Amino acid sequence: MPRSRRAKLAVWKFSSCDGCQLSLLDCEDELLALAESVLIANFAEATSAELRGPYDLSLVEGSITTPAEAERIRRIRRQSRVLVTIGACATAGGIQALRNFKHVPEFIAAVYAKPEYISTLGTSTAIADHVPVDFELRGCPINKRQLLEVIGAFISGRKPATPAHSVCVACKRRGTVCVMVAKNIPCLGPITHDGCGAICPAYARGCYGCYGPAETVNAASLAGAWKAAGASKADMRRVLRSFNANAGEFRAAAEGLDEDD
Amino acid sequence: MKTIKVDYLARVEGEGAVRIRFRGDQVRDVAVRIFEPPRFFEAFLRGRSWTEVTDITARICGICPVAYQMSSCAAMEDAVEIDAGPVIAALRRLFYCGEWIESHTLHMFFLHAPDFLGYPDAITMAREHREIVLAALAIKKAGNAIVRAVGGREVHPINPRVGGFHSLPPRSALRELITELERGRQSALEAIEWMGRLNYPDYECDYEFVAVDAGGEYPFIGNRIVSNQGLDIPVRDYERYFEEYQVQHSNALHSRLRQRGTYLCGPLARFNLHFDKLSAAAREAARRVNLEPPCLNPFKSIMVRGVETAFALEEAIRIIESYEGVGDAFVPVHPASSIGHGASEAPRGMLYHRYRIDDGGIIREATIVPPTSQNLASMEHDLTRLAPRMIAMTHPDATHLAEQTVRNYDPCISCATHFLKLTLERE
Repeated sequence: MPRSRRAKLAVWKFSSCDGCQLSLLDCEDELLALAESVLIANFAEATSAELRGPYDLSLVEGSITTPAEAERIRRIRRQSRVLVTIGACATAGGIQALRNFKHVPEFIAAVYAKPEYISTLGTSTAIADHVPVDFELRGCPINKRQLLEVIGAFISGRKPATPAHSVCVACKRRGTVCVMVAKNIPCLGPITHDGCGAICPAYARGCYGCYGPAETVNAASLAGAWKAAGASKADMRRVLRSFNANAGEFRAAAEGLDEDD
Repeated sequence: MKTIKVDYLARVEGEGAVRIRFRGDQVRDVAVRIFEPPRFFEAFLRGRSWTEVTDITARICGICPVAYQMSSCAAMEDAVEIDAGPVIAALRRLFYCGEWIESHTLHMFFLHAPDFLGYPDAITMAREHREIVLAALAIKKAGNAIVRAVGGREVHPINPRVGGFHSLPPRSALRELITELERGRQSALEAIEWMGRLNYPDYECDYEFVAVDAGGEYPFIGNRIVSNQGLDIPVRDYERYFEEYQVQHSNALHSRLRQRGTYLCGPLARFNLHFDKLSAAAREAARRVNLEPPCLNPFKSIMVRGVETAFALEEAIRIIESYEGVGDAFVPVHPASSIGHGASEAPRGMLYHRYRIDDGGIIREATIVPPTSQNLASMEHDLTRLAPRMIAMTHPDATHLAEQTVRNYDPCISCATHFLKLTLERE
């Protein structure tokens, strides 16, 4: 048989909700064409067929929360020419990184009657904390249009076009009136990375930071604006401590908001 | 001891494994092992605000975030004693229809149907069954269009909140979906007939079926829980009648009815308990493929999902046609120290939430019981009863039957832990 010249694509799951890999199956109009242009070599949620590595492109969903996961990601890195992390769990540790700020045995005891059966790490960390990553696609969840762009870019050997500006820029482009200025609704848009297309303000709510920190952020200035909008420091700290809690700038911003106000 | 081993059960959501051990012709034990790492949602919900519950619990599952959002709203609104009213109730039902349509369609055609036809996946299946796969993609897209229009995006919608929605979608944005939904409904009806021609393993089980009861309507969100063996309780009494327990081979807790044991929730339970509340067209579609309650064959759950999908498409059109898009998007919430309980029907079955909040609306305790953990004991029971047939089978056939048995439940393991791998050991 002639050797296939299609790029070999693999999708891998670590600790996550499965929503980012589902985004690929949510590309209803493109899925069959994509499956013809690449060779889906490993994608357990969608197929029981498995092809051995090496893989041209590995998409990695989820964070590292167990010793076995920390080992497995190293094996996958060795087999992958390009490794792209998809979603907030893979790029920042996800919401399960809230454990990084707490005492894990208490967490286990809160959920499980027999904690001794549970094997887990004390932290949830990004894939890039364990192996070199070629590109990080942000979002909780990722935007499926951006995912198709990233797959297309790496297969054709170019850099993906995914802007790093803030949600504010996307709001202006969309023509949404600023919810913070017009309605006094606390919004994380000024310090949050775009990618969603500024959905929340269009639905009359403030951005809550699904895509993590934008490139240059001034969280202290935003904290003042939140205060003026009637939100407490605790309110802002909670929003920062959610899906991208362990992302550098969000982490630092939350630490800068002291407990009492 | 002879051992048959499969290392990863594919086409399920999450990570798990199946191990069946034999001694001679006797089944020694069966374990659906869940090794999906725990993420401790119930622990880190403590200290969070009531306002965050829809955003945080959505992240338990990327496949059924709407279910988490709706059960959390039901529980929180029970705690703060508000009723969001009929306009919001209808919009929530529409939103939930969208999730049933996309989740059921994903499971029927992409995860489950390849089992019946012997393909590794729907993409390979599409080479010989292109029409049905294209129809499935179109139905799925229609479901996602509802979730996006009401919720803002398909995965982890942003619009729901306790008390209702952040904003009501404009009437025109929903009306423009009707053509696509009607086409989807026709495709779903044809797909049910297609599924009627699949070969189903000869197997039945006398389960206790448990589902939410929503009065006169086929249930999405409801105040009561009923079974075919006389259970009829308010949702707030859930923990008096049901209990969770931990088993060593699983990171997911199991559930049982106190003093009664294993039960089954999900499409089969809803269909058997609430058949008369389906639309006439959905009931007729079921009868055309000889599907009538009680359906005791879990392999036929694929057809039941088909019937529910056709129903949800019809229901969505009905709701959109009477939707005006005027009024308040939400009812104001004034938190007070209290406890609330809520339940709704995720595509895979009943999803129960309970919260204790303080005067500031901060969550002090959270309990979440997802459908897959409720069904784990039934999965193991089915495997135990089917295992004797596996002895006479070749290893690939035995593995295939075991995997298909688990997939009958559309297990969502990401939810349950808060993928699958088969080990058959023969002595």
